[in-house]
Amino acid sequence: MLRFTEIKKSFYTALWFMFLTFPIMVIRVNTIYNTVEWRWERLLYVGVATFFLSFVWRYAIQRKELGKKQVETGEGERVPILQRISRQKRIYVPCLIAAAVFVALFPFVFSMYQTNIMTTALIYVVVGLGLNIVVGLAGLLDLGYVAFYAVGAYSYALLNHHFGLGFWTVLPIGAAMGFLFGILLGFPVLRLRGDYLAIVTLGFGEIIRLILENWNEFSFGPSGIANIPRPSLFGLDLSLHQSIIYIYFLMVGLALFTIFVVRRLQDSRIGRAWIALREDEVACQAMGVDKTRTKLSAFALGATWAGMGGVVFAAKTTFINPASFTIWESIIILCVVVLGGMGSILGVICGAMILILLPEYLRAFSEYRMLLFGMILVIMMVFRPGGLISNVRRTYHFEGLQTKP
Amino acid sequence: MEYFIELFFGGLTRGSIYALIALGYTMVYGIIQLINFAHGEIYMIGAFTALIVAGVLSLMGWNQIAILIIASFVAVIYSASYGFTIEKVAYKPLRHAPRLSALISAIGMSMFLQYYVLLAQTSNFLPFPNLIPEFAFMEPVSHLVRSSEILIYTTTAVVMVLLTFMIKFTRIGKAMRATAQDRDMAMLVGVDVNKVISMTFIVGSATAALGGVLIASHTGQINYYIGFIAGIKAFVAAVLGGIGSMPGAVLGSLVLGWTESFFTGYISSDYEDVFAFLFLVFILIFRPSGILGRSDTDKV
Repeated sequence: MLRFTEIKKSFYTALWFMFLTFPIMVIRVNTIYNTVEWRWERLLYVGVATFFLSFVWRYAIQRKELGKKQVETGEGERVPILQRISRQKRIYVPCLIAAAVFVALFPFVFSMYQTNIMTTALIYVVVGLGLNIVVGLAGLLDLGYVAFYAVGAYSYALLNHHFGLGFWTVLPIGAAMGFLFGILLGFPVLRLRGDYLAIVTLGFGEIIRLILENWNEFSFGPSGIANIPRPSLFGLDLSLHQSIIYIYFLMVGLALFTIFVVRRLQDSRIGRAWIALREDEVACQAMGVDKTRTKLSAFALGATWAGMGGVVFAAKTTFINPASFTIWESIIILCVVVLGGMGSILGVICGAMILILLPEYLRAFSEYRMLLFGMILVIMMVFRPGGLISNVRRTYHFEGLQTKP
Repeated sequence: MEYFIELFFGGLTRGSIYALIALGYTMVYGIIQLINFAHGEIYMIGAFTALIVAGVLSLMGWNQIAILIIASFVAVIYSASYGFTIEKVAYKPLRHAPRLSALISAIGMSMFLQYYVLLAQTSNFLPFPNLIPEFAFMEPVSHLVRSSEILIYTTTAVVMVLLTFMIKFTRIGKAMRATAQDRDMAMLVGVDVNKVISMTFIVGSATAALGGVLIASHTGQINYYIGFIAGIKAFVAAVLGGIGSMPGAVLGSLVLGWTESFFTGYISSDYEDVFAFLFLVFILIFRPSGILGRSDTDKV
């Protein structure tokens, strides 16, 4: 099966990559002490790795082409295995019950540390689902999403610092602030085409971060705000352990609420308008959908969830500073959505769990986390643009309509 | 007045560097309508390669001019190779996919390259050796303009002229223009579109590498993050001038360089980046086609 030409191709690829990575991987110059460090062994690693990876790459490309051909000719319409499972009641009901039991017992079985990580993952589920409205449903690439997250976190921190408002009062305020900022920032830019929108939102994200960093009187600058209180429970005094469990369940509740709302939104009139707009803007406008209003609603609703997530984030960490809200945070959230599957709720949940929990448990790889995230974005786009669990398009089958010429 | 002149030349330097990066952006965008997010990283890799080569050669005791030339040459070759490879890996399989996919892939590539350099080299700022000698004839004005700045201006001007010449008069330039206008039609009349796209990436990356080498020896330090902000600002410049138009990219870069320089000089330096981004927002809202760009309408 393995032919000689294939080996030759891989060999050349390996040589090319060895050439490509040579200066940066192998040589390290110290310009202060004037020393040069040569790390030749790395060249070997690169060569061997790319030699084998290029086989995998070509195989995957081939399979993708094959799949495309099958779709074109209309044969072998395959439904991904996970979707087939999720459609059968006999399988998914027990799965759901098992998941519910697991979620309910989690903080009592596992340690405080693990509960904390799980809470973080749940925050990402909520913000990921929010971004999913913008990117997955409406097809608007928002690279400044973390700005709304920052808005939520800072609303809680500042309102609490100046006016002593509690978590439960600020949670809706944070959501409203997110919504408001979504409209404010969205209004001028939503007329732009997709790729310009990405850059402008990225710009807005950076603007908000830089303002938080430089406007010391307002936001306390780069040193951030400390001693943000954890959420209260009817005025009860909670120990640290109890309050971590409390935040965990609060987050579970918020995640369930988000899932419920996003599900309802997806099938609503406005949700279908988003999807239609994503697919074809011109045709959609011709059908009488108000483009600006539809886009704006997606943008603002997405921002609302970021605002809420931000409030919980501030309450959970009890300390925030502008360094938590860099562009990379936006990209991690985007990664969650892309890996899981744009437009699919289950996908986003899985994406968040994989991307946030795995690096925590694979400590050895934590250095390579961002490198891997970048790779995931590229690989997912090339091979599985629909994500791990892609959204199944609602299809209608017409019986007895097989008059294909 | 002296302060004004200082800011003027400072702005011209920034603008020239932005121009070297923006040319690549605009060429790639003109041909495949993709914002090549990783373009800033190509510039950064060019600077790193030059640093490494210069470090090794200066240990071997070569003279400064030779080091400058060889380091720039190697940097250009490597950046061009990276540009070529990135296109093959991350963009070519997505040529018929929705634009959103290619854009996300580009962001992933940008992130990957940044962290690749961070992990393989260092996250700290590295001092970059000053490779550009002080010219004797610059003595009288040396308090206003440094020799390295003069070199930056001339390089930008020469590159600009060469690129314009290439696009206007050579065979590959003609093929590039044809591909930019209508890719399918170009294919029908026998243009090898894949080759043209690769060539665009190679040329654009090479110019970015020149920018990287020059700015690094001008400012004297580099780290893995320099490409990101520079890339975004060069993109702002390209949009300002009208994306897809080469004279527009240079004009936009100079305008951005000067406004930034005067803004930071007279108003505030804390909000330098905020200013550039706000500038972008206003251009896109009020004149999305830029100064020299044609307004394009969506074809149905």
